[in-house]
Amino acid sequence: MIKWKSRFNNIKGWLYLLPAILFLGFFMVYPLIDVFVYSFEEGYNSASQTYFGTGTYNYSYVLHDPYFLQALKNTFLLVVITVPLSTGIALLISVGLNSIKPLRNLLQTVYFLPYVTNTLAVGLVFMILFKKTAYSDGLVNLLIQWFGGESVDFIDGPYWAKMFVLCLYTIWVVMPFKILILTSALASVNQDYYKAARVDGTSKFRTFMRITLPMISPMLFYLVITGFIGAFKAYSDAVALFGTNLNAAGMNTIVGYVYDMLYGDSGGYPSYASAAAIILFAIVLTITCINLLISRKNVHY
Amino acid sequence: MKVVLRNLTKKFPSRDKKNKTDVVAVSNFDFEIPDGKLIGLLGPSGCGKSTTLNLISGLEKPTEGQVFFGEDDVTNLPPEHRGIGLVFQNYALYPHLTVRQNILFPLENLKGKDKLSKEEMLEKATEAAKLVQIDELMERKPGELSGGQQQRVAIARALVKRPKVLLLDEPLSNLDARLRLQTREEIKRIQKETGITTIFVTHDQEEAMSISDMIVVMKDGMVQQIGRPQEVYDNPANLFVAKFLGTPPVNIFQGQVKDGQLVLGEDAVLPVKGAPDGPVLAGIRPEGFLLRKSGAFRCQLSSVEVMGRDISVVASNKAAMSPMIRAIIGSENLAEVSVDASQVSFDLKPSKVFLFDKRTEERLHFNTK
Amino acid sequence: MKEAHPGEARYAKIEQTAERRSTAARAVTYFFLILWAAIVLFPFYWMILTSVKSYGAYNSEYIPKFFTLSPTLQNYVDAFTAVPLARYFVNTIIFTLLTTAIMIVVITLAAFAFSRLDFKGRNAAFVLFLSLMMIPGELVIITNFVTITNLDMRNTFQGLILPSVTSVFYIYLLKENFEQVPDSLYKAAKVDGTSDMKYLLKVLVPISRPTLITVTILKVIECWNSYVWPRLITDDENYFLVSNGIQEIRENGFGRENIPAMMAAVVVISLPLIGLFLIFHKKIMAGVSRGGTKG
Repeated sequence: MIKWKSRFNNIKGWLYLLPAILFLGFFMVYPLIDVFVYSFEEGYNSASQTYFGTGTYNYSYVLHDPYFLQALKNTFLLVVITVPLSTGIALLISVGLNSIKPLRNLLQTVYFLPYVTNTLAVGLVFMILFKKTAYSDGLVNLLIQWFGGESVDFIDGPYWAKMFVLCLYTIWVVMPFKILILTSALASVNQDYYKAARVDGTSKFRTFMRITLPMISPMLFYLVITGFIGAFKAYSDAVALFGTNLNAAGMNTIVGYVYDMLYGDSGGYPSYASAAAIILFAIVLTITCINLLISRKNVHY
Repeated sequence: MKVVLRNLTKKFPSRDKKNKTDVVAVSNFDFEIPDGKLIGLLGPSGCGKSTTLNLISGLEKPTEGQVFFGEDDVTNLPPEHRGIGLVFQNYALYPHLTVRQNILFPLENLKGKDKLSKEEMLEKATEAAKLVQIDELMERKPGELSGGQQQRVAIARALVKRPKVLLLDEPLSNLDARLRLQTREEIKRIQKETGITTIFVTHDQEEAMSISDMIVVMKDGMVQQIGRPQEVYDNPANLFVAKFLGTPPVNIFQGQVKDGQLVLGEDAVLPVKGAPDGPVLAGIRPEGFLLRKSGAFRCQLSSVEVMGRDISVVASNKAAMSPMIRAIIGSENLAEVSVDASQVSFDLKPSKVFLFDKRTEERLHFNTK
Repeated sequence: MKEAHPGEARYAKIEQTAERRSTAARAVTYFFLILWAAIVLFPFYWMILTSVKSYGAYNSEYIPKFFTLSPTLQNYVDAFTAVPLARYFVNTIIFTLLTTAIMIVVITLAAFAFSRLDFKGRNAAFVLFLSLMMIPGELVIITNFVTITNLDMRNTFQGLILPSVTSVFYIYLLKENFEQVPDSLYKAAKVDGTSDMKYLLKVLVPISRPTLITVTILKVIECWNSYVWPRLITDDENYFLVSNGIQEIRENGFGRENIPAMMAAVVVISLPLIGLFLIFHKKIMAGVSRGGTKG
């Protein structure tokens, strides 16, 4: 009786897990294995589902594809520019936010607004703000002219201008999360530390460098790591600004390259897509490991 | 440095949205703290003692009144210019810095003509560490220290700049009982050695009585009594002070003054000349009872607890405000009580009996002759 | 009564400087904080403003005006008539509700199994689940795309929904929450002869309601804004979600130049989430700081 019961309990436990296991197995574990298989199958034909060999050709194709190299360059630039900038600005804003009382909750709520908005939709607003059309140079260009600068088309114009808008929009999109995390990290620092520092006559700057920063360093590193990962996977921000044909705009990202290889006008090559995706995750994994090593040295407690 | 508080008042805006009246944390605090003394601010939680400390440190500004350090009015002076050392209840040691770095921290803030060389700083830090006897722990982080050691580091950090006034907020509340005894002696010693005017806040009357030169008893933002510990214990100004000081606590009775006699229940227990006739509250310290076969004050014996040096007689009386009263008696009197007796009688020591007005709860004085 | 003391004058000066400095610091802080709030809010203002300008007025403004005196709702009419915005909208609602509902059921069952049931292999299974958290979605989407295509589920709701009805992270979050409910409640229920399912539904779920609501809201936000998977799996307009719809509108709808109508569509698809946020902002922010990630 007891034996039967315990066997029934075992089965019951797995029964409760069954839906999750089925979905995860089918849409996560199997694809994970499969993507590696794809990436080594040469000449895969998605129509006939046949291939004629295995090897590293897919990787070499991707690494020699100028579109991929462009996407790689774009992604790296985006990461290098937006991660430090957004983290830095978010830190400043959070410190400011933590030092005030009136308006604080209101501002905090306002700052979080971009988190819940549709990236594609608001991207369109950014586009019309920055775009030059036959009718109007766009609001941003008019501002530039008003300050005596030369107007430039940020959406169809020179590379640096497009990169600028992409970075700006990316920062706008990622700020809410960073501000939220940093304000709660700052608020959780025991106020007695600040009182003690104040009684000792510690300057504001020194208090920030010697007390605040070390205290929130774990959260700061968490943000840097997730920031790197997120920025490496950038895609929909670029689509929102430059449209779906990112290769033509020269603004594709690695993730965009993967999807383009999979589907659309240039699609139908899951092998190349797999190889590109695996390369991306090798990069992300490496950078995350380096980040973790650095943080282990610098995050003290 | 003497510290003078003049008419000090602090009100906080009410958080209650319906009732907009301000919360008065400290009300009309007048006190001159003599130079070089150890002062205990004593009271139950919420009595305004911590706010008073914050007003002295400058972390908060008073609504009314002034604070003087020596002759100087420092009421609006920011804390960093007051020359104070402050020890927090949870010590507020920076967890990412070593003990040495923690103690050096205030010194590194000095600027201009006060700036010290590296050697001078290290020397001062070592000196402060030696004073509190933690000089072997300098390279540890606070997380690796016991509560008592952290407390010492916090004191060293507060002392390293040679403050004119040292402020301690509940310095012993985070320590276990054994360490508490040891640390309070330590605080006394450090204070004696440095001669720095020291003010500490506590809710533990025993702690305050044992080491303070003077204690200030507070309740609801009002100062109840100021004086030397023994003086306050022997001569409480009102019922609150009498109840707050002393372990075991004072026994309170409903009584009458009739014809110059204090009457508890049916017994006339003590002549009290000078006290007005009428209902009173009587407080009798546990050590104020004398065991007498023919004692005037008769109670129902409940139990006798032997504690070595003393015995504690637990009894009940209809006039008592609490179900049980407790008398502490020298153990040589043990023979006088038979454990299975149901009655016990006492005489009272006049100096240990206090009368209070029933309405105002203020002390009523009397003499026995 | 009191003689002027040499310290007094010096102190007065210190007090004054300190006062002035803190006022200046506060002013600077507020300036930058409000500036950032303006940067955050401006795109929203611009999109609403543009959406109520008439087509003619918008295109005749070489220098865009910051307000309009003759607001019109014509653009909203256009947004719903010229392009199938209503269809996108309904699709997204169906997709969001179904995905979220199925996910809640799946993760609740799994979290219950991990937190309360005792069965062989539980810990091993949990470790395996946790390790799945590290698998990036971009890696598995390729095979999923091929799978769904081969199963002939392109342009169906099944194809849209099925791959995203489990979340290891939410299982983890919920399991932690379930475990905080004292074990004694479970034992008491067992003694009373309550079945596991009944205990889960009558005790655990009501107690964990705050977490379930948070997870629901976060999942709704995620669904409403999802773009990549729907884009890969649908090419029939009848199955477009709002994100794909807005991209389609941008590239082929209205004719490229009807910006006001486009902005009206943007306002319409942004409104539900902004509304949700205004109602639940405390919950959403608390939930995100506990476990959401983006960027």
